[in-house]
Amino acid sequence: MPAVWLDLGIAAAKTLLVLLMVLNLSAILLWVERKGSALIQDRIGANRANILGGLLPFNLGIVNTLIADPIKMFTKEDVVPAGADKVLHFLGPFLAVFPVVVTFAAIPFGDVLVIGDRTIDLQVAGLNVGILYVLAMSSLAVYGVVLGGWASNSRWALLGAIRGSAQMISYEIAMGLALIGAIMTFGTLDLQEIARAQGAHVLGVIPAWGILYQPLGFLIFLVAGVAETKRVPFDLPEGESELISGYFTEYSGSKQAAFMLSDFAEIVVVSGLATTLFFGGWQVPFLGREGWNLPGGVTLAMPHLAVVALQLVSFTVKVFALCCLQILVRWSLPRYRYDQLMDLGWKRLLPLALVNVLVTGLVIVLAS
Amino acid sequence: MGSLAFAILAVLLVASALTVVVHPNPVKSAMALVVALFLLAVTFVLLEAHMIAALQVIVYAGAIMVLFLFVIMLLSLERENPEAQPHPPTGLRVVAWMGGGVLAAELCWLLVRQPLPPPAQAAADYGSAQAVARSLYTDFLLPFELTSILLLVAVVGAVILAQRRRP
Repeated sequence: MPAVWLDLGIAAAKTLLVLLMVLNLSAILLWVERKGSALIQDRIGANRANILGGLLPFNLGIVNTLIADPIKMFTKEDVVPAGADKVLHFLGPFLAVFPVVVTFAAIPFGDVLVIGDRTIDLQVAGLNVGILYVLAMSSLAVYGVVLGGWASNSRWALLGAIRGSAQMISYEIAMGLALIGAIMTFGTLDLQEIARAQGAHVLGVIPAWGILYQPLGFLIFLVAGVAETKRVPFDLPEGESELISGYFTEYSGSKQAAFMLSDFAEIVVVSGLATTLFFGGWQVPFLGREGWNLPGGVTLAMPHLAVVALQLVSFTVKVFALCCLQILVRWSLPRYRYDQLMDLGWKRLLPLALVNVLVTGLVIVLAS
Repeated sequence: MGSLAFAILAVLLVASALTVVVHPNPVKSAMALVVALFLLAVTFVLLEAHMIAALQVIVYAGAIMVLFLFVIMLLSLERENPEAQPHPPTGLRVVAWMGGGVLAAELCWLLVRQPLPPPAQAAADYGSAQAVARSLYTDFLLPFELTSILLLVAVVGAVILAQRRRP
């Protein structure tokens, strides 16, 4: 019996770790977005609130974005528009956040942690069909948008919801096909196995990460992933110059914050998936389970805990870098027109992804 | 543990399936159908069929039902009150109840007449992507290829229907 409780405890600890990682990274991204956009646009950015009363010569806006803004959001009045469908209006933000947050369960954040005679896989759910699980959950994310928009009883919100659902379905197809190339390369749907398969080195020096075999697949995945997060240049569902705020126009206070959170959490999930599939996941170049295997046959032993810690750091750094890349994209490009958006998804990305699948298959057949 | 989970699931599943039929609001009916399809996927997980469960969510709950909702929302844009649906004619309702009743009676009769066989032991890799793919590409290759041709025909048909007629 104690062994069962210990297993449950470990599972709960892993779940909590991943949940906190997604939520905290989302919060940090909120700060990166506010201050980073200021940096990009040569503004000062959030600088009103400060704890030390201006003692510091500079203000990083941390108090503003991570303390003052959330408090303001959560204490605001929660307005439900007249004629709105109360139940679905209430459920909307939950349906937007839940699928995004649970997606991370299938993404491995480390190899294995050995404590005593116990080997803990550093992944919440070791699924045989990991990638399919991720796709399934991300395909459910559409309901928050659709129902939130429809239940608000507002034209802007409904238009945003319809745009959002069409956009998310369209880009899901390109995203799935881009993933098929990676699946063919590694021959498995298990994300942990995919991460392990990227531990080798080509020619002894270049890490054999997925992007080496699937550069086109990565580009298509990234574009489709940015489209799935519904941010500029693909932010037509919420395009504020046309639809006020799109599908969450009629949401206020903490519910509106939940929709924003789901956008940021989605950035983290897309980055986590891209890291696992194309950037070696938790792999650190030349670092094996026992220590360093540097080129030239030099081996350096390293304690197990240090190896695990390095892998965690490696995964987090890669995910964070990809998140920052997406924020950079968001503040660099103007918005697409709706027909351009559909053109890009169906007439460019989809054929390109199909070509990628064909070429990958051809290379695999020729190589074997 | 498994049968308790199944019992809870079955009650929820039947309740959401009933909601699909009886709820007057089409959007909520569609949402109940999404819930039913999702719970069906969970039932597949209980049966160790993880691959089928994931596909069930991706295809039905994630893609097809979104299109359903999409169409329902576009069609009910005009109507101020979607709850005010005209009732179907009485004859139609009688026939529908009779058809449903006959089907339910058949099902009950089958279950009573033939006791369920004892559960079989599943293979070690049962329900994994590899096992499903193996049987799909060996035992069921012909039906699989025929289905893909059917889908291709549907895609071509959709494109032709959607094309604007140019004089």
